[in-house]
Amino acid sequence: MESLKSLKPKIEVRNLNFYYGKYHALRSINLAMPEKKVTAFIGPSGCGKSTLLRTMNCMYALYPHQKAVGEILIDGENILDGKRDLNSLRAKIGMVFQKPTPFPMSIYDNIAFGVKLHEKLNRSDMDDRVEWALKKAALWDEVRDKLKQSGDSLSGGQQQRLCIARGIAVKPEVLLLDEPASALDPISTARIEELISELKEDYTIVIVTHNMQQAARVSDYTAYLYLGELIEFGETTSIFTTPKQKATEDYITGRFG
Amino acid sequence: MNLYHKRRFINGLNLTLSMVAMAFGLFWLGWILWTLVDRGLASVTLDVFTKMTPPPGSSGGLLNAMAGSIFMTLAGIVIGTPIGIFAGTYLAEYGQKGWLSPTTRFINDILLSAPSIVIGLFVYEVYVASTHHFSGWAGAFALALIVIPVVVRTTENMLKLVPNGLREAAFALGAPQWKVIMLVTLRASKAGIVTGILLALSRISGETAPLLFTALNNSFWSANMNAPMANLPVVIFQFAMSPYDDWHKLAWAGALLITFGVLGLNILTRFVFRSKTTLH
Repeated sequence: MESLKSLKPKIEVRNLNFYYGKYHALRSINLAMPEKKVTAFIGPSGCGKSTLLRTMNCMYALYPHQKAVGEILIDGENILDGKRDLNSLRAKIGMVFQKPTPFPMSIYDNIAFGVKLHEKLNRSDMDDRVEWALKKAALWDEVRDKLKQSGDSLSGGQQQRLCIARGIAVKPEVLLLDEPASALDPISTARIEELISELKEDYTIVIVTHNMQQAARVSDYTAYLYLGELIEFGETTSIFTTPKQKATEDYITGRFG
Repeated sequence: MNLYHKRRFINGLNLTLSMVAMAFGLFWLGWILWTLVDRGLASVTLDVFTKMTPPPGSSGGLLNAMAGSIFMTLAGIVIGTPIGIFAGTYLAEYGQKGWLSPTTRFINDILLSAPSIVIGLFVYEVYVASTHHFSGWAGAFALALIVIPVVVRTTENMLKLVPNGLREAAFALGAPQWKVIMLVTLRASKAGIVTGILLALSRISGETAPLLFTALNNSFWSANMNAPMANLPVVIFQFAMSPYDDWHKLAWAGALLITFGVLGLNILTRFVFRSKTTLH
């Protein structure tokens, strides 16, 4: 494993503070996530890991009382300065949520939805793109004969892979995964984890997870957050074997209260 | 009596009370429907569908009244539905901040519970009095005013039921807000919004008071929306109040037609939408 400092950062968070109304949810976060690696955020519920993830595509901007102060640089450009077109930013940064969120339309249209927003493709190019995305998300074989069926007709695990395919189809550079497997059974979870390992060849992936084994299995780097602060960030192997902070060790060994 | 038996007893009691309440409601509904069928069915002859409303003592039907009702109800729905859907969408999707949406919601609620006779008088004052004649359009406007608050309310409620995750997922792909609303949230709540429109349709197809001062009535065939127009509710009102037996029969036939027309429409839409909504 290469050391963190020598790698080119894709996303750099600098002195980030986040507020839900008056509540101070993230305190002076600094970290750099390297390109084409998987970074995991772990920590107990309410520690701010999802909040941190949601600042990276400015999802919080949908809500009037949420505010982020600081800098998040993606390829060196600050996305929090309010000068950016959020729609083209979000095209670069895909997101998959905890609960599968298929749109109320066919499987094909679910994938085509995002692509149509940013590109004009003719029919056969769109067919190719849909097939490519579904193959990438390891769903093609299961749905190739029922692309016209509603996305809701799939199982939970398939729906989640559909959402991943939908995110990939836009050809983003970053994938944000917010506990993507927490609502799934172990077999579906294993498939999603396999998928993450394959996808990191092409994408920078950030994953929030409650499941520490999952973080250990899929990620290259791990950040431990507690009460809105970044306690420790480093290579996953060293975080899980030789954590520098006592608090991190307590959490990952389950001795945490 | 141990805890288990006590819980069983309370459960049984509540179940019984709910069943009794349901039976009480259904009883009156059943009685109304039965009376309608009993008194009206014999009067529903071919003449009802082919002849105009007659003077007392001669034979006739309800053709002009049915046509007028259909024209005005459709016009009312066509005018009121888009306004209602747009306003409801604003309330649910855009109006998170500021005073405009709470105020609109409050006024809409007042409109929702406004007595329909007030709406009739309003349209009379504003439209009929200034054009100096009763007309089908006046009736349609009055009905549209009843449609709007119902559709606003159901559209807003149905959109609010759409999980926020679905909205966020669409935004996360880089969709602008209007596309999120048009392609995702409105689509997800389509069945509910259509139900709201049907509710409004059912409501206005029996409204008499707003038409009394606006469309008035017409004993002859007229498809001119700028002239007084016959319609079932006012004809039923007039005929039922009259001392003539053959008019009474036509009034029953009209009442039966309205009721079962609305019922049929409801069942049909449910049928059409069921195949799509079971997947959700």
